[in-house]
Amino acid sequence: MITLAFTLNGAPATVEIDPADRLLDVLRERLGLTGTKEGCGEGECGACTVWLDGLPVNSCLVPAYQVRGARVHTVESLDPAALEPLLVHGATQCGACTPGVAMTACWIVGHPEILASHSLRELLAGNLCRCTGYDGIVAGVQAALDAGARA
Amino acid sequence: MHRREGLAKLTGRERYVDDLPLDDFLWGATVRSPASRGRVTAVRFGRGIDWSQFVVVDSQDLPGPNEILLIERDQPVLAAGYVRHVHEPVLLLAHRDRVALRRAVAAVTIEVAPEPAALDFRVPPRPEQIQYGADNVLKHLRIEKGDVERALATAPVVVEGVYETGAQEHVYLEPQGMIAHMDGDVLVVRGSMQCPYYVVKALTHALNRDEQHVRVVQTPTGGGFGGKEEYPSTIALHAALLALKSGRPVKLVYDRTEDMAATTKRHPARVRHRTGVTRDGKLVAQDIEVVMDGGAYVTLSPVVLSRGIIHAAGPYACEHVRIDGRAMFTNAVPFGAFRGFGAPQTHFAGERHMDVVAHRLGIDPAELRRRNLLRDGERTATGQVVNDGTDRVAVLERALALADYDKKRAANKAGGTTRRGIGIATFHHGAGFTGSGEVMLSSRVDVAGLPDGRIEVLSANIEMGQGTITVFTALAAARLGLTPDDVVVAEADTARVPNSGPTVASRTSMVVGRLVERACDDLRRRVNTGGRGKGEGLKRAIMDWHRAHPGGRLVGSATYERPPGIAWDDHTYTGDAYGAFAWAAYIAEVEVDLRTYTTRVTDFVAVQEIGKVLHETFARGQVQGGVAQGIGWALLEDCKWQDGAMANAQLTNYLIPTTEDLPPIRVAFLENPYPHGAQGAKGLGELPIDGPAPAVLNAVADALGVEPTTIPLTPERLMEIAERGARNAEQRRQ
Amino acid sequence: MTVHQPGTLREALDLIAGKPEAVPVAGATDLLVHWPARVAEHDRDYVDLSRIAELKAIAFRNGELMLGALATYWDVIHAGRMKEGFPLLVAAARQVGAVQIQARGTWAGNIVNASPAADGVPVLMAYDAVVVLASRAGQEEVPLDRFYTGYKQTRRRPDQLVVAIRIPWRAHDVAVFEKVGGRRAQAIAKVGLAIAHSAAGWRVVAASVAPTVRRCTAIERLLTDGTPVRGPDDLHPAIERDVTPIDDLRSTAAYRKTVMARLLYDDLRGVCPAFS
Repeated sequence: MITLAFTLNGAPATVEIDPADRLLDVLRERLGLTGTKEGCGEGECGACTVWLDGLPVNSCLVPAYQVRGARVHTVESLDPAALEPLLVHGATQCGACTPGVAMTACWIVGHPEILASHSLRELLAGNLCRCTGYDGIVAGVQAALDAGARA
Repeated sequence: MHRREGLAKLTGRERYVDDLPLDDFLWGATVRSPASRGRVTAVRFGRGIDWSQFVVVDSQDLPGPNEILLIERDQPVLAAGYVRHVHEPVLLLAHRDRVALRRAVAAVTIEVAPEPAALDFRVPPRPEQIQYGADNVLKHLRIEKGDVERALATAPVVVEGVYETGAQEHVYLEPQGMIAHMDGDVLVVRGSMQCPYYVVKALTHALNRDEQHVRVVQTPTGGGFGGKEEYPSTIALHAALLALKSGRPVKLVYDRTEDMAATTKRHPARVRHRTGVTRDGKLVAQDIEVVMDGGAYVTLSPVVLSRGIIHAAGPYACEHVRIDGRAMFTNAVPFGAFRGFGAPQTHFAGERHMDVVAHRLGIDPAELRRRNLLRDGERTATGQVVNDGTDRVAVLERALALADYDKKRAANKAGGTTRRGIGIATFHHGAGFTGSGEVMLSSRVDVAGLPDGRIEVLSANIEMGQGTITVFTALAAARLGLTPDDVVVAEADTARVPNSGPTVASRTSMVVGRLVERACDDLRRRVNTGGRGKGEGLKRAIMDWHRAHPGGRLVGSATYERPPGIAWDDHTYTGDAYGAFAWAAYIAEVEVDLRTYTTRVTDFVAVQEIGKVLHETFARGQVQGGVAQGIGWALLEDCKWQDGAMANAQLTNYLIPTTEDLPPIRVAFLENPYPHGAQGAKGLGELPIDGPAPAVLNAVADALGVEPTTIPLTPERLMEIAERGARNAEQRRQ
Repeated sequence: MTVHQPGTLREALDLIAGKPEAVPVAGATDLLVHWPARVAEHDRDYVDLSRIAELKAIAFRNGELMLGALATYWDVIHAGRMKEGFPLLVAAARQVGAVQIQARGTWAGNIVNASPAADGVPVLMAYDAVVVLASRAGQEEVPLDRFYTGYKQTRRRPDQLVVAIRIPWRAHDVAVFEKVGGRRAQAIAKVGLAIAHSAAGWRVVAASVAPTVRRCTAIERLLTDGTPVRGPDDLHPAIERDVTPIDDLRSTAAYRKTVMARLLYDDLRGVCPAFS
């Protein structure tokens, strides 16, 4: 076991980990933050998306030992009020992909300048959803962006 | 009203089975057959592992019959010395440490003396491959109306075609999982599932327990699409066996690879059409032969086949119809329920074939459909008189207008290295169980009045994303004049909720929702509202009742009653197959890249008549999700088989659509309330998977002037078809 | 499992010299796929490079671009001057997985993982990238087009680490990247192509059609010689010499050859006078 210290959702965190742990395992099993889901374990579905030093990553593909000293944000850190447009536009159905979608969505909304070089659909391509056909998700993120632009 | 549990899902607070806190438990795992068929000659436990640390369960550990109770009893809970498909469960292991458990699973060797496997459902089995009945036919069904042979013999034009559809993996984003533990002498199983009472029945049967000693609780279910209809019974039994043997809670959660490799998929199918038409395009005879791959056990294949053949003739009027259907035994991982339940396969064939007929006759595909769509008073293939007042041609016209069909159809297809095309599918989907199914289910819903004046809806129907909790809340609130906050929807816990039937077959809103309304009415009858009727008055009456009956239970109840005038004959396969059909017309526009033969869907219009739209956002979401899944099935989702096993059981190699693979899906609803559905609703969940595949392939046919007959239409397949077409055209010119 | 986390390159090279069987780790996007199931690989030594600040650099200097071994796809997509100077790198990076992978995956990792279907390698090779290897014995530079010796085989010795990628900055009048995947995003290439032309001549690099990503020298010669090409079929003899595609889970040999010919023809028709 090794000791891992990092910043989790804005607060310092220290946890004993196995060197073979993925960040996903540490969050879910050692820290009890089960909001982050495992959909595939191969970096395809994006259900396990968290922010690592401000960028969305698949936590199933991050060796836990690499986050020492880093900033990690999980779905538990999101402001529920910011998620309202996703709720209204039907961005969540079964909810299994949803925490990952919410992380990517909020990252986009927090960095609207990125849309100058990337389309919304390109930025959301790393989050597989089997329920919505993505229209509800795209509409929800767009509505959140519009609300942000007005504010 | 927004999704009741939506914010919990968006913030990650919703707890799925793998998220539940659990103390002092063991992880469970399954050791599976490496072979398609044969006798198990040895099970070897490798060296270097202290096996005394592991709980090991095999078929000898079953307290009851080694059978997964479903339609038939042919499928063992654990293989007993003989395996019939790759990945068949043979042994169960449990251990406190998940990594140690994974090492242990890898250290078990199951040796099988191989026997000849039947792996292609399309070819008749050789004698040594026969393992079910005399001919490996799991189920044979037939629908006959009129005299097909005579009608074909005199038809001015006869058009034939053979169409094939591949297996499809559900890819619910939450893999299957169960937790089992003992609570006193009651076995409790919690997990991801669509049908809690199916699981109860399977547990009581194979574990030799009565219903009082089994409790099943559905956990928030991260997608099902049919994949969590019958399969959860297996994983529940496995978790329960390990919990019974170890005396500890056991958690059995599949990873994605195991889930894809070992659980059910959509039945592959081959459908042959022989169609007689007049020169102006009126259908006079439909001779249809449907063959489906059932896999190694019966599971739900007979009813999948049934729904498939009932929909096979399409939403058209034709006097002479014969539909012959067979589900075949093969040594494949058993196929099972998947949204659409057989109808997507037969609708694909039927709707693709309609365009082949149209091309042969030189009639526009839209016009051919206009001329044949059922009018009120006409009869379906089973002889069901359709008389619901829906104008099916108007459904088509609306879709044509939204898609700007005439203009796009006439437009120049060429554009450098791309070709554009547009395609239609008109189709229907029967809601609820087939024939007498709903009567046999005899579903019951309770609505309880709580001491604080709120009400609680108790049903076994579950939320898996489609919106059950919100819709039941809205239905009950509207019925009783309450606010949504006055309504609680109970967790689907078989210790508390009555058996309202499975969450399948597009029945939840229409059939069970109607029971919610009637149970609400019954609750009102049971309290003395003193003329205060609904809303606040009712709440006060409920509170008054509780003051007068301290500790009592105030429950309104409703049990399914067959709508009047419905008759079905299971022996002749004639009559009213469904209480109601939803009707739809879908139009796809595609662009094919001639350099790579990749097909991109550039526009999609989905118009349907579904009785009454109960929740606009949810209904649109169901359609968009179903269309996405249908486009995936049409173009991308290709199960690659190797000796009966799925060779691409990873999301890296089994590709479902991403945001970039889909256009915005444009949805429109027409409403014609169905008197026996909740607020007039008809079933919707399955309908949208029936139309996309034929619409997309018809669009490809329009773009390239070829007649593709097989899905998924991968670029590799399309290249072959297009190049063959080009070579043939070249030869004809020479 | 043992993980070593050296803080400097010097330490890393010492470590790997003593433990040549240790596996270097950068972004881990390949390493951790299906990781829990791959228990046998948990019994190994790993050298995590992510702490080594000197490997993170991206620099334009002396007429070349230098990518440190930890430079990610996302770094390159958003680095200044990249779109103007090295548009193929940006184009390829945007086709790697999705943002979540681009944020973690490294160019050096893509090179060392040696997948024949790599997305980053073809464009690097078309730009004449040079792989900088370091060991305790010193530095060695291997042109990327000579780095692979066979399927998943490279010239990296076990005591060496890839520390940087050097790419000469040239003016290109042709620069094309094509990736044909099973779907439009997040897919592994069935055919990948990078085509570039500069004062140094033609570079045509193909992925997923041979045991390694490789330069198509017969095609390059045909372009240099100005051999007339009247349609995709005219490219087939050269393609036959350059690549050896196979049927696998993702595609067929026939499809790969046909598509390669058509893409090459279509991409070169406007820019190459010999193509008509």
